[in-house]
Amino acid sequence: MNHVKLTGRMAAAMLATVALGGCITVNAPEEPIVIELNVNIRQEVIYRLAEDAGNTIEDNADIF
Amino acid sequence: MMNKVRKSVLAAVALATALGGFAAPAFAQRDPAYAAARSAGEIGEKMDGYIGIVGAETPALRKIVNDINIKRRAVYSERAKANNATLEEYALTAGCQAISATKAGEKYQAPDGSWQTRGGGAPQRDSRCP
Repeated sequence: MNHVKLTGRMAAAMLATVALGGCITVNAPEEPIVIELNVNIRQEVIYRLAEDAGNTIEDNADIF
Repeated sequence: MMNKVRKSVLAAVALATALGGFAAPAFAQRDPAYAAARSAGEIGEKMDGYIGIVGAETPALRKIVNDINIKRRAVYSERAKANNATLEEYALTAGCQAISATKAGEKYQAPDGSWQTRGGGAPQRDSRCP
């Protein structure tokens, strides 16, 4: 409910901006945007795989 | 008789050498071009388990990076399956280990996404790394 109200208010604000100014300028951020794709990977999974991954790196020294 | 023995010994030595030759790829070292680009800091270890180009991209660097990453992906895929994990989980874990294994002067990606030069101390890693 709150979300709907907020969205409506935002839309109204955007409409007002467009109506008044006629133009919206969007500046690109100076810092690169980092998208974290692995946020759902849990630490316990990493700990479980750590030893095997270490061995994999040693066994495939040519590509690591 | 003595000659025959000597011949068979020579044959055994030749066979052992040949077998040794075939076994060598298991301990293969980095391709010279990859090793040089790594040492020069043109290629670095990323958090996700793959390597990336640190500075300006050149066709030669892109080829090295793609070649290594395709091979890594194949290995990760196989090991992930063997460990009942996803490719991304395994690759991220390998990334933790690969960043730890960088030598002083080599480049690696810090958790904020920036490229860092490995110093004498521990590298900056993802908080989930072991």
